[in-house]
Amino acid sequence: MKRHTMVLLVMASLMVIFAAQGAYAAGTIKIGVAGAFSGDLASYGLPTVNAAKLVADDYNAKGGINGQKIELVIEDDQCKPELATNAAAKLVSAKVVAVIGHICSGATKAALGIYKDSNLVTISSSTTNPPLTQSGEYPNFFRTIASDDAQARLATSFLISKLKVKKIAVLHDKGDYGKGFAELVKQDAEANGVQVALFEGVNPGAPDYSAVVNKIGNAKVDAVVWGGYHPEASKLVQQMKDKGMNIPFISDDGVKDNTFIEVAGKHAEGVYATGPTDTSTNALAIKAIADHKKAFGSEPGAFFLNAYAAAQALFNAIAKAGSTDYNKIVAALKSNYVDTPLGHISFDQKGDIIGFGFSVYQAQNGKFVELK
Amino acid sequence: MDYFLKLFLSGTAKGSIYALIALGYTMVYGIIQLINFAHGEIYMIGGFTALILGGFFFSKGMPVGFVLLFSVLLSIMYAAAFGFTIEKIAYRPLRGKPRLSALISAIGVSIVLQNFVLLAQTEKFLPFPSYLPEFSWLQPYKEYINSTQLIILVTTAVIMVLLTLLIKFTRIGKAMRATAQDMHMAQLVGVDVNQVISVTFIIGSALAAIGGVLICSYMGQINYYIGFIAGIKAFVAAVLGGIGSIPGAVLGSFVLGWTESLGTGYISSDYEDAFAFIILILILLIKPDGILGRSQRQKV
Repeated sequence: MKRHTMVLLVMASLMVIFAAQGAYAAGTIKIGVAGAFSGDLASYGLPTVNAAKLVADDYNAKGGINGQKIELVIEDDQCKPELATNAAAKLVSAKVVAVIGHICSGATKAALGIYKDSNLVTISSSTTNPPLTQSGEYPNFFRTIASDDAQARLATSFLISKLKVKKIAVLHDKGDYGKGFAELVKQDAEANGVQVALFEGVNPGAPDYSAVVNKIGNAKVDAVVWGGYHPEASKLVQQMKDKGMNIPFISDDGVKDNTFIEVAGKHAEGVYATGPTDTSTNALAIKAIADHKKAFGSEPGAFFLNAYAAAQALFNAIAKAGSTDYNKIVAALKSNYVDTPLGHISFDQKGDIIGFGFSVYQAQNGKFVELK
Repeated sequence: MDYFLKLFLSGTAKGSIYALIALGYTMVYGIIQLINFAHGEIYMIGGFTALILGGFFFSKGMPVGFVLLFSVLLSIMYAAAFGFTIEKIAYRPLRGKPRLSALISAIGVSIVLQNFVLLAQTEKFLPFPSYLPEFSWLQPYKEYINSTQLIILVTTAVIMVLLTLLIKFTRIGKAMRATAQDMHMAQLVGVDVNQVISVTFIIGSALAAIGGVLICSYMGQINYYIGFIAGIKAFVAAVLGGIGSIPGAVLGSFVLGWTESLGTGYISSDYEDAFAFIILILILLIKPDGILGRSQRQKV
């Protein structure tokens, strides 16, 4: 009788172990997706969700990663740092193994500490603030977009060699992203002997910028550099044109968005903006865009391909690592090249993308055209 | 001097933008002592309605003048209806309750309306067509002031005068003042307080819609969030001028506009908001009821 109980006990405990293992094998790999999915900047964030969904569906159709299906956990931060920390805490407690996001620099910075403490790889499709990788503070952070300093260097060299400016005004929206870009342009311009006559932040969302536009006119500059996003850029451009100022206006990829041209209309003509190199001839990019149209019935928006590449690189690294262990994923991201819509990419020691960069665009006849 | 003049004029233009919104704020406060936080949202809804109606009429091939007139008139009526309804639903049941309840209700309405437009319309920034004419005679002075700024300035002045006349010299104006002074007493002598307050909200919301159309035409864009930012600045302007006072709201807005513009021009736009709030604190220290505000004795 006693032996019988023992056998039963052993069998029961074995069953528990098997059951647990079974549950583990059938479980999913949870991947967090965080960014602005509502609010002012939702048009920057939603394409990332769509991209992550498409790549995850792709993997899941082929049986997932190492036999486990991918499950996306989506958290909205509206590009606001205080909401980003909330989103990060939620993702950590949902036990995700890695995060795709966030979208805006300020929000990403706020969330990164939480991910670092929880050993979560974070890969952003659009966060370009340089110190996030270069300071070495966040070894868990990767991005599939070149950092602002690459962008700023390109903008300055374009101003100097193509537009031959001697004196510029640099404005920004006081945000991490815009101010970061503006400061780098200022440094770079001054190092190359260009005078920065005006360096100022303006209030984002204000209805009127005519005072600062007067100030630009008074400073008699050859060009205006704007670090920030498109809503303010279109008001600035419009109010400059209203006052009869026709000097070049150059900005960053926060402006290189078709929404800018739609909103600024005829005032957008001639505006320069740096943005990620055109990938429209890449076969994988063409396929990704076609998939997006099929799945969501619309053209993908900003950073879609970057997000697509981010998801691919991340899933590939998890597959190559053979586990969801933090150190193994980090090592796999840095040592493997992946074919993505952005090209053949990998990551350097600091987490910046290798194999993809920036170009200068100009708004011509209602479209941003890449200047070669 | 030329530079000063330019900055002064852009401050004036900016002030008249704030004033257009502050007028409605201050009027509602003057009558029922409620800070109507939803006022900024009514302004945004006015702009959106004009955009949608304008697009609709335009697509039907109607002439520009007609489109302008009808979309603006209808959006004013729509916004006024909105104001009327909000008062009925969100403020009237709280009348006589602690003032804080109505304030929280107003904040709630503001959030609801923002999200309503976000969901029902779009999260994107939309281009707002300039419905307003360009004056060719103003072209030589375009560095100083443009047509839209001038129209906003004139509209603000006209509205200020009309409102003052309305409150000082008409029957409903008298009823409004009576309600403002003592709601119960006004009721006792036969003033229909509910009607007076409804009219106040209708006028205030119509003003917000006029502001919405004009300011959106000036900015060339619209978004569900514009009401919040504009509302806060207009609120500051109204407090600065003495909340409840109609000329005060306009004066406060101009002081705010000039401070911001001159501060930006001579010091730095980085501190634009700091200038605005420093001037607010200074004026409130000297005159706690605002520039033109009258101190109200607490009735015991």
